[in-house]
Amino acid sequence: MNKLLKLEHINAGYDHQTIIKDINLEVFKNDFIGIIGPNGGGKTTLLKVILGLIKPFSGTMEYYFPGEYKNTKTFIGYLPQQVSFDKKFPISVSDVILSGLISSGRKSAKTKAEIKHILDDILEKLGMKAYCNSSIGELSGGQVQRVFLGRAIISNPALLILDEPNSFVDNRFEHELYEILMKLNETMAILLVSHDIGTISSYIKTIACVNQSLHYHPSNTISSDQLKVYNCPIDIITHGKVPHRVLHEHK
Amino acid sequence: MMNGIIEIFGYQYFVNALLASLLTAVSCGIIGSYIVSKRMVFVAGGITHSSFGGIGIAYYFGLNPILGASVFALLSGLGIERFTKKADIRNDSVIAILWSLGMAIGIIFIYLTPGYAPNLMSYLFGNILTVNSTDILFLFALSVVILLFFGFFFKKILFISFDEEFAKSQNIRVELFNYVLMILVALTIVLNIKIVGIILLISLLTVPQNTANLFTKNFKKIIFYSIIIAFLGSASGLIISYFLNIPSGATIIFNLILIYILIRIIKIIFKF
Repeated sequence: MNKLLKLEHINAGYDHQTIIKDINLEVFKNDFIGIIGPNGGGKTTLLKVILGLIKPFSGTMEYYFPGEYKNTKTFIGYLPQQVSFDKKFPISVSDVILSGLISSGRKSAKTKAEIKHILDDILEKLGMKAYCNSSIGELSGGQVQRVFLGRAIISNPALLILDEPNSFVDNRFEHELYEILMKLNETMAILLVSHDIGTISSYIKTIACVNQSLHYHPSNTISSDQLKVYNCPIDIITHGKVPHRVLHEHK
Repeated sequence: MMNGIIEIFGYQYFVNALLASLLTAVSCGIIGSYIVSKRMVFVAGGITHSSFGGIGIAYYFGLNPILGASVFALLSGLGIERFTKKADIRNDSVIAILWSLGMAIGIIFIYLTPGYAPNLMSYLFGNILTVNSTDILFLFALSVVILLFFGFFFKKILFISFDEEFAKSQNIRVELFNYVLMILVALTIVLNIKIVGIILLISLLTVPQNTANLFTKNFKKIIFYSIIIAFLGSASGLIISYFLNIPSGATIIFNLILIYILIRIIKIIFKF
């Protein structure tokens, strides 16, 4: 198994207020981990630590770059919860996706033909080929999100991180999004944060529950007993069509 | 009329003015597209008006007014960039304060300057016919610098303007780019003051771009069309003002806005 990322005994937060405590997590190639937990439980803080946006108070974090990655900027692709942008800004779908290559620098400079090939491939994967020359302001919410997903993956990162990707799209697109993610998972590990993972349990492979501390479930099903032990106030997660629900919140 | 048009090309000042309108079109076409896309029109207005303070001080001490204007424009441009990011004050308030501070300083110093302030009106309302070869040289140098900078860093400028946060997360030196672009904005404003004047300059930076935006939503094409439209507006304004003996700056702006309105109407009629 190729290890990509390892967090050991991480404590982190803001202004010396600790939000996540003693976090241990390892991410391997081809992982598809759903990170769940209540609001304010530290999911976003954990992401920021992994992305290098905040420094942990203590603990160690190590990236394991495969040869072709120079730095964390190309190693990790990130789709934020909501990208704020000017709808009138004169930029095309293709250019927004290509902006994901902004940091790749001159050394790894590819020929125009190579870049066009990569771009076409991504437009195809996202089902956005017909919109490649459209202006970003002409798209619907779901389409915009696909474009920003394209920007996150065009540098072909080893690890893709998504923050609440289902929070501002309609149900129909949500299904399409997860189909796209399943395909991407063949070539990259995915960390997906959600407060409502019930709907996507059939796509993710493993679950990590964050509520100050982190509990890792090496499968995509959690029984209600486990939930009690781990103090995770979420819907029960199963495969198949059985409607399960855990109705009480844990203190 | 036709003979008259041929005749005026024999005058050096007229050829200068025509050259100036081409360079104005290039510098304002590119920088204006950046300003409009980034919604910095009010910033540009603030820099323009605050430069009047420099003109006033230069008059008082008998210096070159454009030099004074440059110092004030650069200081206010960089000040706006810095204060809005770092200090605890609203972006538009900073602009309004610098805008009126510059005007106040300019008015006080011009009042204190003994005698009549020559050419003051041409700084306020512009007069493209007073452009001399030094002005042309500076405008030319500025246009070359802008063309080179946008030529080399076009994609980076586009991506940073669209999503600064993302560019920052990718280790791009966003602040450096913003400062350099702000300097180019300030210099473009100062060197174009003689063309249409402080009061009307803002429209050279916004009207051609918005006309171009009626045809295209592509940043590169907006720049390209803006240059053409700005040149059409200023060259036609120059010729019309010459023959009708009316102020050139105002005629140029009037023409630019007329072009904008005509194209809007054509667009509605033909639904393209």
